[in-house]
Amino acid sequence: MLERQQVAELVISSLEDVPRRPDAPPVLDEDTRLIGSAAVVDSMGLVTAIVEIEQRLQEELGVTVMLADEQAWSQRNSPFRTVGSLADHILQLAGGKPA
Amino acid sequence: MTDRRVALVTGTRTGIGRFLAERFVQQGYSVHGCSRSAAAWSLEGYVHHEADVSDEEAVRAMVGEIRRQHGRLDVAVNNAGVASMNHVLLTPGATVDRVLATNLRGTFLVCREAAKLMQRHRYGRIVNVSTVAVPARLAGEAIYAASKSAVTTFTQVMAREVVELGITCNVVGPGPIETDLLRGVPEGKVRDLVDRLVVKRLGRFEDVANVVDFFVRPESDYITGQVIYLGGLHD
Repeated sequence: MLERQQVAELVISSLEDVPRRPDAPPVLDEDTRLIGSAAVVDSMGLVTAIVEIEQRLQEELGVTVMLADEQAWSQRNSPFRTVGSLADHILQLAGGKPA
Repeated sequence: MTDRRVALVTGTRTGIGRFLAERFVQQGYSVHGCSRSAAAWSLEGYVHHEADVSDEEAVRAMVGEIRRQHGRLDVAVNNAGVASMNHVLLTPGATVDRVLATNLRGTFLVCREAAKLMQRHRYGRIVNVSTVAVPARLAGEAIYAASKSAVTTFTQVMAREVVELGITCNVVGPGPIETDLLRGVPEGKVRDLVDRLVVKRLGRFEDVANVVDFFVRPESDYITGQVIYLGGLHD
């Protein structure tokens, strides 16, 4: 079963390979914003990050999920707000163990 | 990641798709292809997938297999298509769903999954296949032509969305060629269409391959969102 910690680490390591905004803080953590004015990536960076995370989940953890499903876009609170909320979203899709 | 370039061609059981797949193999690519049923041919360097392009899971599995085997995808040609020859007043709704499922949804799904893999290396060439039935506004092919018009619009918008990822997206629109699709078209209709072309002959697989070759060249990185119809027709 997926552990939340390993998912959060995978999200962060994927983000480290995506071009970030020049004013983005150098250290990424669970509270790092992915959308909005304080986001560390622009809109294209978020797209690239989501794709990268999907592919790494499959390659490194053997988990096949589609992060940007219809439910994700329709939620009142976007699962792409922060690294932490995205990790929660992945666990929910993959049936992992919450924190 | 393998050094050899990798191409995916859909609709490779017969016709243009098979021709393009064999050609890519000859050019040194590792080639993957698909059709809803098994291919009656095989070739070293070619892998066939039994996959319906309108099936999201099947497309994801196919591209996932390419990622596992090669770690890259350089070229994707969306050739799989179904046609429908009927008067609008006699066209069942189910036919519309079937044509759009393969021609538009299938093209979208393959483009999306292909681009996900291509973006990893900031390089990709996508070619979507349309038809001269679009600029010819052929009576009797309303749904088929409309589905291919949608493919063109989709391709041109996608071209803008993925340009930053090093991916180009273009369209080739063949005229009448001796393929499975054309066998269902009455001879008179084919003759009428050829008469409307500027170059008055049936197309050849080589004509399509010539345009595909142009679009997929690395040097064609300044060519995206373009449509080339064969035989001289244009919008």
